[in-house]
Amino acid sequence: MAFTIASAPHGHSQQTTTTMMRMVLLALLPGVAVQVHFFGYGVIIQLLLAALTALLTESLVLLLRQRPIGSALRDSSAILTAALLAVALPPLAPWWLVVLGTAFAIIVAKQLYGGLGQNPFNPAMVAYVLLLVSFPSQMTSWMPPQGVSQQQPDLTRAAALILQGNTRDGVSLMQIRQSVDGTTSATPLDTMKTQLGLGKAVQQVQQEPQFTALGQWGSGGIGWMWVNLAFLAGGLFLIGLGTIAWHIPTAFLLSLTACSAIAWHLDPVHFISPTLQLLSGATMLGAFFIATDPVTAATTPRGRLLFGALIGGLVFLIRHWGGYPDGVAFAVLLANICTPLLDSMTRPAVYGTRSNSKGG
Amino acid sequence: MTLSRVIDKIWSGKLWDFHGGIHPEEHKLESSEVPLVEAAIPPLLVLPLKQHIGSSAEVIVQPGDRVLTGQPLTRPESRMQVPIHAPTSGIISSIEPHTVAHPSGLSELCIHIQPDGLDEWRERFPLPDYQSLTPLELVGRIHEAGIAGLGGAGFPTDVKLATGREKVEILIINGAECEPYISCDDRLMREEAQRIAEGIEVVRHILKPRLVLIAIEDNKPQAIAAMQAVVDGEQVQVRVIPTKYPSGAARQLIEVLTGRQVPSGKRSLTLGVIMLNVGTVFAVRQAVLDDEPLIRRVVTLTGDRFGKPGNAWVRLGTSVRWLLGQFQLNPEPRQRIIMGGPMMGFTLPHADVPIVKISNCLMAPSEVELPPPGEEMNCIRCGQCADACPVSLLPQQLYWYSKAGEHDKAQEYHIDDCIECGACAWVCPSSIPLVQYYREEKAELRRLEEEAQQAERAKQRFEAKKQRLEAERLNRENRHQQASQARREQMTQQAGGSDPIAAALARVKARQAELAASATTPGIPNLGSEAIQAARAARKQQALQRQQGSATQPAAVTPVLTAANPAQDNPAQTSTDPKTAAIAAAVARAKARKAEQQAASDAPVTPSEAATTQPAISTAAEAPASETAELDPKKAAIAAAVARAKARKAEQQAASDALVAPSEAAATQPAMSAADESLAPETAELDPKKAAIAAAVARAKARKAEQQAAATQPTMSAADESPAPETAELDPKKAAIAAAVARAKARKAEQLAAQHAASSGSSTSAPADPTPPSSTESH
Repeated sequence: MAFTIASAPHGHSQQTTTTMMRMVLLALLPGVAVQVHFFGYGVIIQLLLAALTALLTESLVLLLRQRPIGSALRDSSAILTAALLAVALPPLAPWWLVVLGTAFAIIVAKQLYGGLGQNPFNPAMVAYVLLLVSFPSQMTSWMPPQGVSQQQPDLTRAAALILQGNTRDGVSLMQIRQSVDGTTSATPLDTMKTQLGLGKAVQQVQQEPQFTALGQWGSGGIGWMWVNLAFLAGGLFLIGLGTIAWHIPTAFLLSLTACSAIAWHLDPVHFISPTLQLLSGATMLGAFFIATDPVTAATTPRGRLLFGALIGGLVFLIRHWGGYPDGVAFAVLLANICTPLLDSMTRPAVYGTRSNSKGG
Repeated sequence: MTLSRVIDKIWSGKLWDFHGGIHPEEHKLESSEVPLVEAAIPPLLVLPLKQHIGSSAEVIVQPGDRVLTGQPLTRPESRMQVPIHAPTSGIISSIEPHTVAHPSGLSELCIHIQPDGLDEWRERFPLPDYQSLTPLELVGRIHEAGIAGLGGAGFPTDVKLATGREKVEILIINGAECEPYISCDDRLMREEAQRIAEGIEVVRHILKPRLVLIAIEDNKPQAIAAMQAVVDGEQVQVRVIPTKYPSGAARQLIEVLTGRQVPSGKRSLTLGVIMLNVGTVFAVRQAVLDDEPLIRRVVTLTGDRFGKPGNAWVRLGTSVRWLLGQFQLNPEPRQRIIMGGPMMGFTLPHADVPIVKISNCLMAPSEVELPPPGEEMNCIRCGQCADACPVSLLPQQLYWYSKAGEHDKAQEYHIDDCIECGACAWVCPSSIPLVQYYREEKAELRRLEEEAQQAERAKQRFEAKKQRLEAERLNRENRHQQASQARREQMTQQAGGSDPIAAALARVKARQAELAASATTPGIPNLGSEAIQAARAARKQQALQRQQGSATQPAAVTPVLTAANPAQDNPAQTSTDPKTAAIAAAVARAKARKAEQQAASDAPVTPSEAATTQPAISTAAEAPASETAELDPKKAAIAAAVARAKARKAEQQAASDALVAPSEAAATQPAMSAADESLAPETAELDPKKAAIAAAVARAKARKAEQQAAATQPTMSAADESPAPETAELDPKKAAIAAAVARAKARKAEQLAAQHAASSGSSTSAPADPTPPSSTESH
């Protein structure tokens, strides 16, 4: 009888791209849950909108490119991109913002480069930066977190705000965002940037209610600290699974910590503490979920360390001297540019090409 | 770190690690827990001549021969040839190509043995006191036993031992058996530990290493215990290494045991390390102590589809099909049969393949235990392949470059160092068959290298040819120069120091005489060479007389000769003399033609025509011949050609004649002989072919020149003639022109003569003078 011909190896680890993507999605859950807790159900609606848009646009482009649609959709990479964008947007941002952003991420940033694995830039971050640059007002309209505002809008009100711009009883997003004392709220980093720009000291800014309302636990900004810690947990889960390598997050966080620690030590009036740096904004999301996107990150061990460190440094620089309160998206994109260079610079020594000095 | 420090560390029990590696499910237990069994003698044995790295040895048996167990079937003639032996007694049924164990199902020459079931051994010479033999004698014995590495590579063991002698510090016995499913070494160590230890002693006697390490992965506790029980633990130690694929690969195992890496592209011996598989060591022991050549090996038969998995002693040449039957294969629809393990083994296209020295495992997995690879997806650059690579390569980059055909880049990223262990493909989440890409790229690189070598050879050939042609050209030029030098010298010698021109004159006179002779005796042309010789003798006679100045010169020739030597004789007359000469010649020619026309109706054509054409030809021939006093062969040839052309013309005119051929012969002969004669003395060493070619070229030129001749000025001849004596190698063109000019003059003169004849009014029948010119000229 004739036998089937196959090429070695005949076994496989059974880990697939699809399982990797789904693991990352799974690891996002704690962060999303905490976000829902602090910022309301808007997050869920944004996630659903983004996922739907991603699947539709991905199918459309694959149809135009005459590629198999089923297997590409099943790999969940589009949904992951959509999810990463959705959790980075203000929870009550208008629907078209997330739809536009996701469509741009999938069509332009991913598929126009050739689809999965071919894009040089992180699609979610490309879309985020597009939206941030084009619609700064909508992109910074964060709700004051639970604990600062009286009550987050429930699911139906959130849906109405996102889809129609105001609730059935005619309350607009602007009105909802106003806190008890009538002032609007921004993210802690935004507040910090604005207030420091007005000549205040860090300690003064930290007296703001969004830092103090929850006492000790508000040190990273109410809610944000918990969101970051949740993403950290999800990230550690991924490292434990081996889905992502430890190099990039570690280098990222160490570099950011080192930079901010030195600056804070030298000038505590104008530089925020490393703790605030690590636990606010998109630090943990960026470190474990954005920067580790395998497609756009460096691949060699040393390259990954440099890549992570570069992002950490850039985040610090942008947060303090850039035009935007947070800099993870820009930092990641800038580091993406350096990926090919990092990869070719940091090629490991192939077996038998280094001198036999390894003694141990 | 020096080797002795390494050995110190090893003594202290230190183990190292290698980069990457994977931990696939081991699946050893299916086969490792069943005792070794003896597979029976199959009904047919097919033994490929080549079962190792190297070349096959010379066959020393013939179909129909009866062979005994252990009898050599091939005889090696070099070190890289390894003999094969009859695995059992039987009759050689044929020696023909048969599919062998190769991924592509290649056929190779195989010896087919029909076993007789007796398993009758040849005479054996056991050697219990092998220490009495020198290491080299033992290596020879191992070579004769046909032992090649049983671990998989099939490198001739005797070569390894011979090259390693006195250089080896550490001998590693590889019992790691890192590949999943395979347990043949495990089983062998459990059951034959004592003999393996004896084999190690034999190898130690040959190599005399400082340390012997038996490396066994920690997933084989029973094998570890068995081996530890039979070694001293000092000079020979068992090293338990962590289970990690591919720790059994030679280079990786060396790193694990010594912390040192074998330099890229080098052998482990550069580190003072030699590695032998436990199966190989056992085979060495059998060969040396029991005089049992390598005729069987342990093969693991495993996989879900085997009813009776296990390990068996299988005679080399046993068909896989027979083994599958023996171990109760229960095939599924898309059954894969893997020779080797799941990581590096290859699938067999069909079961009619023999077990050879390097076949360690036969696997019949089900689709459940080893699922077929998933659909190949885009690389997502996750880098897990790089993390898994035991050689620290960047498999992802190699994949891009292999796929894109960027061969330079692939080599720059060390594709040649890839050991094809399959770890990268095993971890790849996109199910990319990375190793397959590398194999193809490696094959492509080999092909390109061969092409480059061929191109290089072609270039060298071209350069060599260019050089040779250049050398030949120089040589030729040199020869020509020497020849002309020699000619010149000869000329002066022949002339006895006197003027060479005089000699030429003499020759011309002699020719005249000859012509006369041929005219008067019509039979001569038919007499051939004899007649010519006679004529030559006469010519010589005449030449002698001429030299004494007593000979009379025919009226028509004299002016020609004078014209030929204008510079010497009378430079002032240069412009006039040729004219007169030409006129004379023309007159002769005119007469000849007339006579010829008349003769056309005549009955005795032959003699008359021959006679009439002759003078004309000879005049034409003589003119250039005498001009070039130092007798350029080319010119002579031209003269001959012109003469021939004329003769042909005459022949055409005499078309109605029956006896044309001899007449032509007669007409051409003298002219030819003139050319001949002039050629003969100087160009004795000249190739007749060359002369013929020259003549042909000249002929063509002369004809052309003739066509143009109408317009040519007669004065040219004067310019032409003067350089002739000095330039030994005259351009054939010039010669042709000269000939043409001469002819043109002759024609003109002819016209003049016609006019003259008419104007003189002596007689209207003057042109029709029947008297051949030759008769008037001759005496």
